[in-house]
Amino acid sequence: MKSTTSRRSFLKKAATIGGGLVLGFDWFSTEAQTVLSSLSKAELLESTSLNAYLSIAPDNTITILSPNPEVGQNIKTSFPTIIAEELDADWTKVRVVQAPFDNSRFERQVTGGSGATPHSYKKLRKVGATARQMLIEAASKQWNVPVTECNTESGFVVHTSGKKLSYGELSIEASKIAVPQEVKLKDRKDFKLIGKRVKNVENKNIVTGKPLYGMDFYREGMLYAVIQRPEGFGMKLKSVDAAAVKSMPGIVDVVTFKNNVAIVGKSTWQLLKARKALKVIYENAQGLESTEDHNKIFSELMAKPEATVRRKNGDPEAAFKNAAKVIKSEYQCPFLPHNPMEPMNFFAHVKEDSVELVGPTQNPGSARSSVSKLVGIPESKISLEITRIGGGFGRRLMDDFVVEAAELSSILKAPVKVIWSREDDMTGGYYRPAVRYRFEAALDTANNLIGYRLRGVGINAGNPTRENNFPSGAVENLLIESTEHRSPISTAPWRAPITNFLAFAEQSFLDEVASATGKDPVEFRLGLLNKAKTAPAGPVRYDIDRMIGVIKLAAEKSGWGTKKEVSQGFSVYFSHASYVAIVAEASLKNNKPQVSKIYAAVDCGEVVSPMGARQQVIGGIVDGFGHAMFGKLSFKNGVPEQNNYHKYRLIRMREVPEVEAHFVDNGLDPTGLGEPSLPPTSGAVANAIYKATGTRVRNQPFMDEAPFKIKASV
Amino acid sequence: MAIYKLQINGQTKQVNVDPDTPLLWVLRDHLGLVGTKYGCGISACGACTVHMNGQAIRSCSIPVAAVGPAKVITIEGLSEKGDHPVQIAWDEVDVAQCGYCQAGQIMTAAAFLKTNPKPTDDQIAIAMNGNICRCGAYHRIREAVKLASTKA
Repeated sequence: MKSTTSRRSFLKKAATIGGGLVLGFDWFSTEAQTVLSSLSKAELLESTSLNAYLSIAPDNTITILSPNPEVGQNIKTSFPTIIAEELDADWTKVRVVQAPFDNSRFERQVTGGSGATPHSYKKLRKVGATARQMLIEAASKQWNVPVTECNTESGFVVHTSGKKLSYGELSIEASKIAVPQEVKLKDRKDFKLIGKRVKNVENKNIVTGKPLYGMDFYREGMLYAVIQRPEGFGMKLKSVDAAAVKSMPGIVDVVTFKNNVAIVGKSTWQLLKARKALKVIYENAQGLESTEDHNKIFSELMAKPEATVRRKNGDPEAAFKNAAKVIKSEYQCPFLPHNPMEPMNFFAHVKEDSVELVGPTQNPGSARSSVSKLVGIPESKISLEITRIGGGFGRRLMDDFVVEAAELSSILKAPVKVIWSREDDMTGGYYRPAVRYRFEAALDTANNLIGYRLRGVGINAGNPTRENNFPSGAVENLLIESTEHRSPISTAPWRAPITNFLAFAEQSFLDEVASATGKDPVEFRLGLLNKAKTAPAGPVRYDIDRMIGVIKLAAEKSGWGTKKEVSQGFSVYFSHASYVAIVAEASLKNNKPQVSKIYAAVDCGEVVSPMGARQQVIGGIVDGFGHAMFGKLSFKNGVPEQNNYHKYRLIRMREVPEVEAHFVDNGLDPTGLGEPSLPPTSGAVANAIYKATGTRVRNQPFMDEAPFKIKASV
Repeated sequence: MAIYKLQINGQTKQVNVDPDTPLLWVLRDHLGLVGTKYGCGISACGACTVHMNGQAIRSCSIPVAAVGPAKVITIEGLSEKGDHPVQIAWDEVDVAQCGYCQAGQIMTAAAFLKTNPKPTDDQIAIAMNGNICRCGAYHRIREAVKLASTKA
């Protein structure tokens, strides 16, 4: 495997200060080729085209500047692993430094969309291989031997004679070597770090309670603030009586801006206590919606003749007119809060002509740009430090919590950290949109699927369909359409946006169709995929063979169709460029279904970090299962009815089924993994529940559905 | 406001705070011990778990006035070098994802293993059920508690 650097983008600059070898590169370049340059760290930091670096110091320390926000996806460990692999580094000498946000140098400093590893994999390999090549050339010069007689071994260049020099010893000489245009990448059979167990670089800091998170950030002289936001969506601040609050101990000020009332003081508890004495009156600015209203709205939108057509193949109207049998089902999900364990918080210090921001954001670029617009200070004068993030799930792609901290600081003319309580976090934010789907299948007299219709209706959901996903391409006559209701309730991406529920609905419905045709659910899906392969109806945007691969692997590993003691349910989904098939096993316990085991077959290409991959796949399954079983945020007159964990149920250890994850070993370039295991999980669970009970669960949370309402027969 | 002398991680610490201030906020805002985390403030998630006289308690729900001379241990004081068997097991199993809840998980596990040094999987699940992990690291938490039980 060879990789080249374009001459045009190549920067010729030698290291000017004695820091050893420093290789700068553009981590986020969207071009296929990486800009590489050997230069000093100071020069590098001034360069606008290079944003990350690998440095090898004379004392053998290897430092990698890593720009992506870490939310627990293991990026801070897995990215450096890729560089160290091609470098043939001694992993124990590698140090990772979190880069600050800098959009003059970084293009995709975002955690979202399961996109980081697919985007950077090849580039990072090339960076490591380039440094390795330069170290080899430095050694061959020093020894006056041909390059071909030199090799590397865990932080050393070794000669065929047996003599060796450490990377540290070679680092200064290596910095004088011209950056090679072409480097050879390792064969994957020689990998020592990629695909092998590498521990999280932050383990020690986490288990000893080091201050890593935004919540832990402290700056001498900073003020704390809590903000009272409107209690319901659609409400507007009418009046505030803060007299009692202002005289309470530790309270510095009460500030009203937009619809917010900020209580500012010297310690968190004094603020939380003072807020209870605050008297705020709201008025209705927009319609205040309740969950019952949404149910009515869904029915109205379903009944409307017109909707936005997302994909149409063949003649679906005719297929349904001529059908021997039509199957029709509706599925519905509620709003969900993201509920990261670390509630929203941010530190802001807006000064005369500059701003300092510190905190947990998945999307620092957007946050900084919003703050710049708000305070009228150019982005170049706004620094943003990214802390480790106590969970994101999409919530921290939004800017609201950064902007309000900046606005408050600009009013106070002081450094301030805004802290959200759990109640603030659950009731004052953004949510996974509530959606209803209607599926229809037309069968001919031979039980062939000849027509397929899907209408998705959502509340602030945008397009709640993914019109090119399976089974599109496998059904000759197909119509996928959507429509939405605009609501004052704000929504945002929630881990595996849209597909987190769409996959459940689709995979449950396909199970219903398989049942109606008397076919085995696995055979039924394989039959459809065969059709998409041999006689595709319109474009096919998924890799049919890879999907077949995970279906077969999941069936094999779970012993599909061979078990008498449990009821199995099947599901498969393609999202974020990865393929995941799930088999769930359920049985009846006291007349209620209980899910005991979940098998996953995953094709995400090369598994860079088996530890991180397992965490993402198993964590995604637990997340998908838990929210399908228990998650619900309902509304009464614009106000969320659940505000903390006594009313909102998150999955706990005793409710978690066993999970077995298997990965396809195909060596293809890595694809996304932060999200893809979540979407197919609840479909397999629902299908297993149907097998065990004979009843379909079509709405989430499952706990509110019939099979779980049956009284125990003890 | 009143002055309290607290026994934290083997040291006497003095704070001047409102009597109803939860131990959690005394630790975080007044003593700079931010390893103990705020998650819900109502004893429902376990992120704020510390030891009081050896027992795992939710520091968000214990007012400072009720702490008295009790010996409080936080994640920072669980071991001198981060080498408590539970901490070692957490590292070996790579339990943490985002890591935010883990101090609370570790403190619950450490107190539990003192009362039940050789637990079964079911006993572990019951003991750890009060601690939420939003990343869903429950399988590895269980595995790490089990591993720690072989090290003590």
